[in-house]
Amino acid sequence: MSVDTATVAKIAALARIKLSEGEVAAMVPELNGILAWVEQLGEVDVTGVEPMTAVIENKQRLRDDVVNADPLTGGDNRDAVLANAPAAEHGFFGVPKVIE
Amino acid sequence: MGPIGTVMSTYRIQGATGEWEVVIGLEVHAQVSSQAKLFSGAATAFGAEPNSQVSLVDAAMPGMLPVPNRECIRQAVRTGMAINAQINKWSRFDRKNYFYADLPQGYQISQLYHPIVGEGAIEVILDEKGPEGSTKTIGIERIHVEQDAGKLMHDQHPTMSYVDLNRSGVALMEIVSRPDMRSPAEAGAYVAKLRQILRYVGSCDGNMDQGSMRADVNVSVRRPGEPFGTRTETKNVNSVRFVMAVVEQEAKRQVGVIEDGGAVVQETRLYDPDKNETRSMRSKEDAHDYRYFPDPDLLPLELDDAFLEECRASLPELPDAKRHRYETALGLSPYDAAQLTLEVETYLQFEEMLDAVVKASGKGEHDLAKRVANWLLSERAGLLKSIPEGAAHPKNTVEANTALIIAASEGTISGGKAKEIFAAYLTSDIDLAAEIDANKQTSDTGAIEAAIAKILADNADKVAEFKGGKEALFGFFVGQTMKAMQGKANPQVVNELLRKALAN
Amino acid sequence: MTDLTELGVAAIRDGVAKGDFTAVEVAEAFNANVAAAQEALNAFIVATPEKALEAARATDAKRAKGEPLGKMGGVPIGMKDLFATKGVQTTAASHILEGFTPEYESTVSQKLWDAGAGMLGKLNLDQFAMGSSNETSYFGNVISPWRRKDGGNAALAPGGSSGGSSAAVSARLAPAATGTDTGGSIRQPAAFTGISGIKPTYGRCSRWGIVAFASSLDQAGPMARDVRDCAIMLEAMAGFDPKDSTSLDMPVPAWEAGLSGDLTGKKVGIPREYRMDGMDADVAASWDAGIAWLKDAGAEIVDVSLPHTKYALPAYYIIAPAEASSNLARYDGVRYGLRDLPDGAGLQDMYAATRAAGFGAEVKRRILIGTYVLSAGFYDAYYTQAQKVRTLIAQDFKNAFTLCDVILAPTAPTAAFGLGEKSDDPLSMYLNDVFAVPASLAGLPAMSVPAGLNREGLPLGLQIVGKPFDEQGVLNAGLAIEQRAAFSAKPEKWW
Ligand SMILES: [Mg+2]
Ligand SMILES: [Zn+2]
Repeated sequence: MSVDTATVAKIAALARIKLSEGEVAAMVPELNGILAWVEQLGEVDVTGVEPMTAVIENKQRLRDDVVNADPLTGGDNRDAVLANAPAAEHGFFGVPKVIE
Repeated sequence: MGPIGTVMSTYRIQGATGEWEVVIGLEVHAQVSSQAKLFSGAATAFGAEPNSQVSLVDAAMPGMLPVPNRECIRQAVRTGMAINAQINKWSRFDRKNYFYADLPQGYQISQLYHPIVGEGAIEVILDEKGPEGSTKTIGIERIHVEQDAGKLMHDQHPTMSYVDLNRSGVALMEIVSRPDMRSPAEAGAYVAKLRQILRYVGSCDGNMDQGSMRADVNVSVRRPGEPFGTRTETKNVNSVRFVMAVVEQEAKRQVGVIEDGGAVVQETRLYDPDKNETRSMRSKEDAHDYRYFPDPDLLPLELDDAFLEECRASLPELPDAKRHRYETALGLSPYDAAQLTLEVETYLQFEEMLDAVVKASGKGEHDLAKRVANWLLSERAGLLKSIPEGAAHPKNTVEANTALIIAASEGTISGGKAKEIFAAYLTSDIDLAAEIDANKQTSDTGAIEAAIAKILADNADKVAEFKGGKEALFGFFVGQTMKAMQGKANPQVVNELLRKALAN
Repeated sequence: MTDLTELGVAAIRDGVAKGDFTAVEVAEAFNANVAAAQEALNAFIVATPEKALEAARATDAKRAKGEPLGKMGGVPIGMKDLFATKGVQTTAASHILEGFTPEYESTVSQKLWDAGAGMLGKLNLDQFAMGSSNETSYFGNVISPWRRKDGGNAALAPGGSSGGSSAAVSARLAPAATGTDTGGSIRQPAAFTGISGIKPTYGRCSRWGIVAFASSLDQAGPMARDVRDCAIMLEAMAGFDPKDSTSLDMPVPAWEAGLSGDLTGKKVGIPREYRMDGMDADVAASWDAGIAWLKDAGAEIVDVSLPHTKYALPAYYIIAPAEASSNLARYDGVRYGLRDLPDGAGLQDMYAATRAAGFGAEVKRRILIGTYVLSAGFYDAYYTQAQKVRTLIAQDFKNAFTLCDVILAPTAPTAAFGLGEKSDDPLSMYLNDVFAVPASLAGLPAMSVPAGLNREGLPLGLQIVGKPFDEQGVLNAGLAIEQRAAFSAKPEKWW
């Protein structure tokens, strides 16, 4: 499989990265080089092989249903949450107006 | 509000070119009842200050990681058990990737490939007058657990939308039905039944007006018996009534489009209750490619037998089972059984009161159930609507209710008298026991016979008319006798003695 | 008085504890080196001399009161700028996070401060840890303190992505530094600069508060001058964290106390697939030397096979970019970091403009690859296939470890290369991690220790890979090599 300029433009749009026409054109051979190389994986016989789920044997732990048990993962933290916001007003984050 | 509707299994849309059938599938998002969010320790309470219930995790700060909340998993499993579904002991979270201002991570943690709950089904009642007669089984494809998004507000600023992440990361169950419904009534009944089950289980409060339960309504139309047509999905419909309206409007619209020679476009739509119409959601139209893949921050979720056992053991008696038990073991009518089991609060009250009455009277449940049901559903129901505070009135206690129900069931006072006394008790300062005592019915045949004799003598003309065949006058004599006895005569005894006296 | 910056972690810890010198003296000495080298090496994005002094004063005060000083008491370290540090800018070497000041501290850095360490500054790295030469940082390249002995002054790569860490430790700007390793980012830079570094078993160190690159691969670890220093610092960094679902709920062994260079009864596997055609002669020779040293330490050498080795890099370059494309979606200009809002732009335009301005070329390249391999119709062919191959790679190691206790291989296929030599050709850059990536894919503990210099006078590293949770076995084999290699070379100071 290989990509053309239209595909690269589409991927870039999906990834929300604005690329100029020139950047798209430059990216095409780069991506194709990498894709052609990774496609050697297709040679591997994976019949009956399960995809990796957990690299080291480990069980998913579950958290107790307790509010603010750990301040690092709890709420009541508005100032910290908004502290780095490019635009914050009246306790909200601000973004360009969205028309739904 | 109950699952309204007449039986509509043969619901058809009359188009210009003939009849059309509507096919409906629903994806219901139900907020899991939990204190903390699905992957963080922030609170889930409704109505808090903007961004006050947001953790660093929910705001997707760099390096933040999710750890699942046991209670959210437990509630999803219990819900699955309540719909007799397959519970998957091995499930996994996937990321659904897209960009939006209400989605801080740039992906929603959800479950696509391995949901926690698989196939199940629920039975819906299509006619509440005959709840046993008209039921339909609706298949449920799956229930998966996922994060809710934040909220955008568009009206506070001329050029900006405001983002509140309080809901971001709250646990949702997405309950996906099979496309098994064929009418607005069936869709409405399905949502109502689902809400009833969730409330019984306690896994969701079912408050659609607060958004804790909302439906994505998938609608298509076809000629009866033909393959499925192209469907549209109307998002976030937040009442049973609106779900029914969406089905009706959207089916009509699609028939119109097809009959005009057009084709239905697969798209996301929005319901406008003011105009009662659906419209295309242009902002969500750009082709989505969600790039689902297993969330590498999380391990597969493996549930052990002890966990599942606890989930099962903690389930309450569910609506269908309860309704059937009320009919068979308690001898209630299907209608009364359905009414009493509709809401959790109602059945809890009924069972508490029945229990208290059984204990106080020493009689069996079966002998008292009908009396208690009548008291709750008819005699007391209207009364509570007309007094201040209603059901929440501090004097509306189990003890007071029990005393009145027992007095009425033992014939000490009549049902009507009980209602009167209760009204007086709630609104004035009287002693309940003394009042019941003072209004005791008499079965003293001598006193009643004397009263009857006087009434018959005073109304010789009416006696003659009665004897001449005007049977309806019997009620008049009963009324007069009761009045003469100041309402305290046992009506059954009055009836008997009157019959005897008039037969002479 | 000795030059305190010549001392490593153990020597500083012990010297401060004994009162040979104060922690403040140590911090001042390293602060001075950091300042003096900044212009030439660019190892730090932000220096925090006050933080280092503050911690040192606390240690000295504790000592005065006779309180315990902690595992890292009095030791100033460099912190890779991938770890969130409360109140100190954390950038992942990107423009998109420039100015971002976390309100929280990563678990690993907090553990280090709790153990008595102090922070000299935030170390430069490849942007979002994506790179093998530290040439992708928004804040400029890190220059290796090493130079070829050809008399030329070609600037060399310190390796990557923990290039600021490797440069700082080898240039004596810090006795030790944190690193993170996704596909070799601790081991390869350690090898390039003649220092030691260990990536522990996946899950040993919490990932909470570390800017994510590829979640299923990322692991933090120490980079220091010798094996003992690595053991000490890893003890301070590791440990169960309930905030990280993939954290291992296991006690942290006393690795330092367990150190032993005697490998009697141990078996060392030599993976035949790593001996590739056209292998660098000096690298091959150092590998042979390593085999001889381990034999000398009492180990038995066995031949093992890791048949899927050649597929590790391609699998990695699907899995890591796929995870990264999703992990980096949060950098959108809404809640923190850069926002680029062109006139009249809507929300989605703002995202696209912000991310175009905020990410460097390599980051964009990997996001695009990751987005592509996950997109509709390609997911199974790329991502699922890669995860199946990953299972086979892990199985290869499992099979090999039925025959041996640790595996010995070169860390990298060459010594350090010149800046700019590979930066135009992503594939040749990626190939630099060919020996490092398989252990990452399998989540195994792996370490690089210096083995000697090549004919150009540049360090070469040897890599030891262990069984899951057997950091001790890895450290001990590393120590056995260290004792025999007697590596004492250091970059000649030119800055
Ligand atoms: Mg949906
Ligand atoms: Zn959903």
